[in-house]
Amino acid sequence: MKVLVAVKRVIDYNVKVRVKPDNTGVDLANVKMAMNPFCEIAVEEAVRLKEKGIASEIVAVTIGPKVSQEQLRTALALGADRAIQVETDDEVQSLDAAKMLKAVVDKEEPNLVIMGKQSIDTDNNQTGQMLAQLAGMPQGTFASEVEVEGEKVKVTREIDGGLLTVSLNLPAVVTTDLRLNEPRYASLPNIMKAKKKPLETVSPADLGVEAAPRLKTLKVEEPQPRQPGIKVESVEELVDKLKNEAKVI
Amino acid sequence: MSEDRGYFNETHEQARASAMRFVEREILPHIDDWEEAGEFPRELYSKAADAGLLGVGYPEALGGSGEGDLFLKVAVSEALMRSTSGGLVAGLGSHDIALPPIVKWGPKAMRERVVPEVLSGQAVAALAITEPGGGSDVANLKTRAVKEGDEYRISGSKTFITSGHRADYYTVAVRTGEPGHGGISMLLVERDRPGFTRGRMLKKTGWWASDTAELFFDDVRVPAENLIGQENGGFMVIMTNFLQERLMLCIMGAMTARLALEKAMAYSREREAFGRSISGFQVTRHKLVDMATQVELATQYTYHCAALMDAGKAPVKEVAMAKNYTASVAESVTREAVQIHGGMGYMREAGVERLARDARILAIGGGTTEVMKELIAKQLKL
Ligand SMILES: Cc1cc2nc3c(=O)[nH]c(=O)nc-3n(C[C@H](O)[C@H](O)[C@H](O)COP(=O)(O)OP(=O)(O)OC[C@H]3O[C@@H](n4cnc5c(N)ncnc54)[C@H](O)[C@@H]3O)c2cc1C
Ligand SMILES: Cc1cc2nc3c(=O)[nH]c(=O)nc-3n(C[C@H](O)[C@H](O)[C@H](O)COP(=O)(O)OP(=O)(O)OC[C@H]3O[C@@H](n4cnc5c(N)ncnc54)[C@H](O)[C@@H]3O)c2cc1C
Repeated sequence: MKVLVAVKRVIDYNVKVRVKPDNTGVDLANVKMAMNPFCEIAVEEAVRLKEKGIASEIVAVTIGPKVSQEQLRTALALGADRAIQVETDDEVQSLDAAKMLKAVVDKEEPNLVIMGKQSIDTDNNQTGQMLAQLAGMPQGTFASEVEVEGEKVKVTREIDGGLLTVSLNLPAVVTTDLRLNEPRYASLPNIMKAKKKPLETVSPADLGVEAAPRLKTLKVEEPQPRQPGIKVESVEELVDKLKNEAKVI
Repeated sequence: MSEDRGYFNETHEQARASAMRFVEREILPHIDDWEEAGEFPRELYSKAADAGLLGVGYPEALGGSGEGDLFLKVAVSEALMRSTSGGLVAGLGSHDIALPPIVKWGPKAMRERVVPEVLSGQAVAALAITEPGGGSDVANLKTRAVKEGDEYRISGSKTFITSGHRADYYTVAVRTGEPGHGGISMLLVERDRPGFTRGRMLKKTGWWASDTAELFFDDVRVPAENLIGQENGGFMVIMTNFLQERLMLCIMGAMTARLALEKAMAYSREREAFGRSISGFQVTRHKLVDMATQVELATQYTYHCAALMDAGKAPVKEVAMAKNYTASVAESVTREAVQIHGGMGYMREAGVERLARDARILAIGGGTTEVMKELIAKQLKL
């Protein structure tokens, strides 16, 4: 079975992001970039499926500028067999990303698509859902457990009230939550081998999709700095403050 | 983590990131305990091997990867130093001084038996040159090996040997011939040879997590096939081996200083005295600037040496200069970093305290500062 994994280049999760002085966005100059952590989990899950003998081929795909090949190389080092880059310097919003992924799905015909539930740059949490809709595939989002059983995949989902298990017909889209697995680090020999694995580059035009942003960013601002805490004398005072000052109860 | 991109390509950066993740996951949560315990668990060798970290720079056929790509080694070594423990890096990397003679000059059967076992983390290797009677004057080492039939019989002792207590394979410098540098050979000694014993683990100023021990050879017999290189040709092997060892010590020095600088910068922004952060005092700011300048120069000159080596040269003088410079930068920057931390800098929990202790060995191990100066003087034809 073929697994398609989508990966995205984002600011490294360790980096403290800074807002640009003109408030148009986040400063990306000289900032360490990395694979979105949820995408790492997606790659790891695909690699585990391959190790279990369930997946036979893993294809990693990314959409972004030429440098995002670094993240594809990482995916290859972690165990993907080949990679596809949809190269574009334009802003790609969720719906456009989903359309491009849909075109890749049409071409590759994977049995399973695994992707992060969201990327830590914009936190939209919608590309996987949009892809499932566009491709007419069932979806299992926020997965904390994935089990392929014949022509079906059983996905345990993390929802507000607890866990929900769904069974989907393949091909399907699964999006990963944090607890699905702990991604491995690429071993040095695999990093070297990844250099020789095939990496194909296509343009959005090749896929018949034109990026057309529908959302406009008006302004980006730093969140309010956290106010210093205070000590309360009694439970009564705490309840009073929560009720009348913080107005949360 | 800005250790310059000029010399490093995408693969190097990937390797660095991967090694960094190994450090964050497998080392940093435990390193304070391991330092206090005076050793790290043996299984760390196999974990590091699984991540491919032990085999960097060795031939693929022997279980390595990235042979001949020195900056891969530099990137990985820098990442490992982010464990904040020079002792751990020295212990985990003791094979990097023990194996190269075997890889380059050992007979095929020895190479294929020993190297893969060590690079896969199943066995630990150590290099034993220094003796109780002297380390600087390598040419006059005393441990004797007498050829008897198809065996060598070894008697003598070694000291200050990194991984000396736990190693399985020892690359040992012995005297097989006349006095002086023309009578030295290298022998492989396996742990379980009768008559070979190891003393207690020595207590040290720094490098706490590494095991440093004395070795005793009481008529230890090894087969003649355990000879590494030519009989009486060992001095050249030792001297060649020193170049990469010293480069690694330069990386350690530059990284020890860099870590201390980073900690001092962070602390000086947070810590307040007399109503402002201490980085608000010009003396502190200028001190940090001097530290940063030294770190940058130490790092860049080390890269320069690595680039020369990467291009196939043997920059003996340059590496000796770099070793002295990085060792002194490590000492002075860690001292100032402790100073900036005030009383906290003297506490183990601060981290800079360990860096300051670990820095001290760098002017001693791998050839002392004075011995480096003699070497440089000779190269300058003084
Ligand atoms: C933690 C640690 C780990 C070590 N690991 C290893 C290891 O794995 N394998 C190994 O073989 N060795 C190891 N060593 C030993 C190390 O290489 C030696 O300590 C070092 O080479 C110095 O030798 P020495 O201690 O005998 O000092 P000595 O040679 O006795 O030197 C004493 C002093 O005299 C000075 N001196 C000597 N000759 C001259 C000269 N010609 N001109 C001017 N001054 C001179 C020296 O610079 C030094 O200041 C380790 C040492 C330590 C502390
Ligand atoms: C082992 C030990 C024993 C001790 N015993 C005692 C004890 O018995 N009783 C006790 O009361 N204390 C004790 N101390 C505390 C000691 O006196 C303080 O650590 C010391 O006075 C420095 O204060 P600090 O640690 O708060 O550093 P800080 O005041 O935070 O200083 C941090 C750094 O900022 C610098 N700095 C501060 N102000 C300025 C300025 N205006 N201009 C330029 N630089 C500045 C300092 O020089 C230092 O480098 C002990 C400390 C240790 C480590």
